[in-house]
Amino acid sequence: MKPSLHPFWAGVRAELPLLVGVFPFGLIYGTLALNAGIPIVAAQAMSSILFAGSSQFAVAQLIHNAAPAPVILLTIAVINLRHMLYSASLAPHLKSLSLRWKILLSYLMTDEAYAVAILNYERIGGTAFAHWYFLGAGLALWTTWQTATALGLWAGAALPATLPLDFALPLTFIAMVVPALKNRPAVAAALSAGLVALLAFSMPYKLGLMLAALTGIAVGTFLESRVERNAIPPQNVGRDIISPNQERE
Amino acid sequence: MTIWLVVLLGGLVTFGMRFSFVWLLGRLEVPETMRRALRYVPPAVLSAIVFPELFLRDGSLDLSLGNSRLLAGLVAIAVAAWTKNSLLTILLGMAALVLFQVLGL
Repeated sequence: MKPSLHPFWAGVRAELPLLVGVFPFGLIYGTLALNAGIPIVAAQAMSSILFAGSSQFAVAQLIHNAAPAPVILLTIAVINLRHMLYSASLAPHLKSLSLRWKILLSYLMTDEAYAVAILNYERIGGTAFAHWYFLGAGLALWTTWQTATALGLWAGAALPATLPLDFALPLTFIAMVVPALKNRPAVAAALSAGLVALLAFSMPYKLGLMLAALTGIAVGTFLESRVERNAIPPQNVGRDIISPNQERE
Repeated sequence: MTIWLVVLLGGLVTFGMRFSFVWLLGRLEVPETMRRALRYVPPAVLSAIVFPELFLRDGSLDLSLGNSRLLAGLVAIAVAAWTKNSLLTILLGMAALVLFQVLGL
């Protein structure tokens, strides 16, 4: 918590716990891609060009099953649909950046970088250097993903399965979400999204995740506007909250 | 051949979705309702990722005491709510999982 730390390095540091979970996923992806018969160069290129873990897993599987290209592309699009939500969520914070920054940060917009970046934006608001924090988090993840892929391609299937490292990822998300649940609409958003995610889990291509997220967002938004209509003062008075001439119906 | 087509076009599609609103909202005003809705994206999406990891085992609901990931997850939630310290949450959550697994739960 040194105040002198450059936002870039603060972003890198905030990303570190997530990397523990991401690294084994990268290794497994590399191994999976090899087994699917994807050439090494293409498998590595997928990690840097596509740069989206779960869709890369699906591609490896589909290539292995000799699925036609349009099917694979459609699958990628559906699995990565949630990035449009991230894009919309981050957009107001990136608004004043140059096009170059917008392109760079959009390219780095993964689940894990998003989670770290958006919490920072919500905590400190749009300070002049907040995009460096995002860049630090994004590049830390990017480097890890490329390295883990390369190692997976190189070392093959010799993975230790004893430590449940994949659990680090949900744990990190818990560590991020729980302290941010400061009011009832936020808690309701989290619970309803989680519940729908369980009910809709068997839907293909992460559509259940998308449905769950949209449900949570709708529930949170609806409850917040109801709280307001009942003239209870909002608990999270923030920078960008509520114009006084708020009217509904 | 197919694989390169998939990598390039898939990359383009994915980038397009990541860039979509960042690009659009740079040019449009964000309506207040949408701005409000967007604040619920993090809790909603992250919970939607976490819940199945804790509650589902091999795709079906497991609420038993034998579900060590659920128990460890509850430990982590308690630690997170109490301390608000992410490193501690992750370490204790991981330790809890290893412990529950060793205990054969």
